Amino acid sequence: MSSNKVIHAIYNDDDVLMDAVKQTRKAHHHIEEVYTPFPVHGLDKAMGLPSTRLAICAFIYGCIGLTVATSMMDYIMIQDWPQDIGGKPSMSYIQNMPAFVPVMFEMTVFFAAHLMVITFYMRSKLWPFKKAENPDVRTTDDHFLMEVVVNNNEEELTNFFKGTGAVEVKVIEKH
Amino acid sequence: MYTFSNKLKTIAFVLMILGFIGIVYGFLSAPKTIEEAEKIIASTHEEHAVAKSENNAHQVQTIADETKKADTVVQNASPALDSLASNTDSTKVEKEIVTTEKAKAEKEVISEVDSVKEKKEHAEHVFHQLQNKPWSALYVACIFFMLISLGVLTFYAIQQVAQAGWSPVLFRVMQGITAYLPVGSVIFFIILVLGGLHQHHLFTWMAEGVTTKGSANYDEMIAGKSGYLNFPFWISRAALFLLGWNLYRYFSRKNCLAQDEASDNSFYKKNFKLSAGFLVFFIVSESIMAWDWLMSFDPHWFSTLFGWYVFASFFVSGITTISMVTLYLKSKGYLENVNSSHIHDLSKFMFGISVFWTYLWFSQFMLIWYANIPEEITYFKTRIDVYTLPFWGAVVMNFVFPLLVLINTDFKRIAPIIIGAGVVILCGHYIDFFNMVMPATVGDQWFVGVSEISSVLFFLGLFIFVVFSALSKSPLTPKRNPFIEESEHFHY
Repeated sequence: MSSNKVIHAIYNDDDVLMDAVKQTRKAHHHIEEVYTPFPVHGLDKAMGLPSTRLAICAFIYGCIGLTVATSMMDYIMIQDWPQDIGGKPSMSYIQNMPAFVPVMFEMTVFFAAHLMVITFYMRSKLWPFKKAENPDVRTTDDHFLMEVVVNNNEEELTNFFKGTGAVEVKVIEKH
Repeated sequence: MYTFSNKLKTIAFVLMILGFIGIVYGFLSAPKTIEEAEKIIASTHEEHAVAKSENNAHQVQTIADETKKADTVVQNASPALDSLASNTDSTKVEKEIVTTEKAKAEKEVISEVDSVKEKKEHAEHVFHQLQNKPWSALYVACIFFMLISLGVLTFYAIQQVAQAGWSPVLFRVMQGITAYLPVGSVIFFIILVLGGLHQHHLFTWMAEGVTTKGSANYDEMIAGKSGYLNFPFWISRAALFLLGWNLYRYFSRKNCLAQDEASDNSFYKKNFKLSAGFLVFFIVSESIMAWDWLMSFDPHWFSTLFGWYVFASFFVSGITTISMVTLYLKSKGYLENVNSSHIHDLSKFMFGISVFWTYLWFSQFMLIWYANIPEEITYFKTRIDVYTLPFWGAVVMNFVFPLLVLINTDFKRIAPIIIGAGVVILCGHYIDFFNMVMPATVGDQWFVGVSEISSVLFFLGLFIFVVFSALSKSPLTPKRNPFIEESEHFHY
């Protein structure tokens, strides 16, 4: 089967890359992946990638943080041992709430930020000692690489990508 | 060019006329004498009085019951002690009862005298509060709308100095809104002067005899502050600040229009320097303005971050107003260069500054609540006890609502949602100003009634009329602004 063959089209300018991506989408070739040395504004839209839901996650994590802070302080300060500390009213949570707000705020931010970052790492499969998935070392420096699946149309694809301004077009056997 | 639609003009006039009638009604229905005030108190306190008298009757009954019981005890006791010839004891008990009764009667007479005196003082107190009511309503609405246009002016100056690339297409909208500043300033200044002429008694520190030793009105604390809080100094500060802001507005607009016809960027550079100078002047004058026009209602109280807090309140209102006017003009097809990204940016500012306001509101409240120093806490004590709903309601309207509605990226571009959030934010900040002024001037006699609503309607009508007339006087897009090209293609 030739299905594990991919084309690596390499570009050296982000504007050329953007045009190439648009042309490729128009010609209905499936883009497997694009490797760039820096974020290219609008690339995700050009590739037709769905927008991220990381912000929604962060909002939920923030709500969890707020709940943790509230229930923790309610249990410790009000339910378990309601001491009179400097005349602060510890009869109910709401009575002493202003004193708890700094903690509630920080915990909300803490949970939202950290859990979101961890979610990001997990979703993008990033961790220490992970093997780098870099098809060409130059893509971290000054080259852009588009990877497209080949389906018995090697000749046609090679010519197509040469026409889009690629500086290099390679056919690679993927394992 | 924008043409002021007749429909909007009619709405503005209707608002002004309705508001004016309501304001006049408010002044006419305020009590002229203490007797009238007493009548108003009597009518509102009738229910309380009935409850009180019932309570008193009940107390009398229980006292009578108790004396009867004591009598029976004495009677029961006497036969038992008969053989010991202890009649002396029972007479002693009787004597004691008589003396306590006598003391009680004396006390009642004294307390009656006290209560008459107290009633008189209370009536006088309420009389002043009721007299202040229409004035306070006028004052709050007047300063609120004036500060909205000042907030817009500040935002405009910041955009100039920051060389923002997104906002130049909105500069004419902002200039249109700030056109209210001169009109609002004049009305506001007149209200301030009327205070000095003792036409109203909103500022207690202006009352006669407050600083004269030996006077019945003498207040040592106010007398101690009279070096700063005296009418001539106070009114000249006000004149200076209003003049400074209006001068910046006038020249900034003039330069902006001149830049349209110029062949180089000299007017743009002039505006840049002018705006930077204004911002320095603004932050000093704004702080002092907050002490003078809002904090001095409670001359016994002070707070160090008050100026910032007031600033955040009218700054977010100003940004909200820009956003709403922009959406209105766009819906009428006048701002073809404004896209959803501009709207998105304004919504982000609305959201961010709302949170900033909350931060300052909470910082001021929590620091005072936590330390609970009597001379500081009274400010919040009255507000929480007497203004419970407006006090907490302002936090919900200015923080919780925008937080939940404007946090969503998609919502920040949808006009109905922004208009809805904007209305809530503006109402919330009106209530915020209401909370700053009313407790000191009308106290527990507050009510959002004819006076308050009509004052808002009047100034709203005036605001709409002045702003949209100004918008129709110059093209809505600046021509030769160095950043206009970037702004027209702004995309987020």
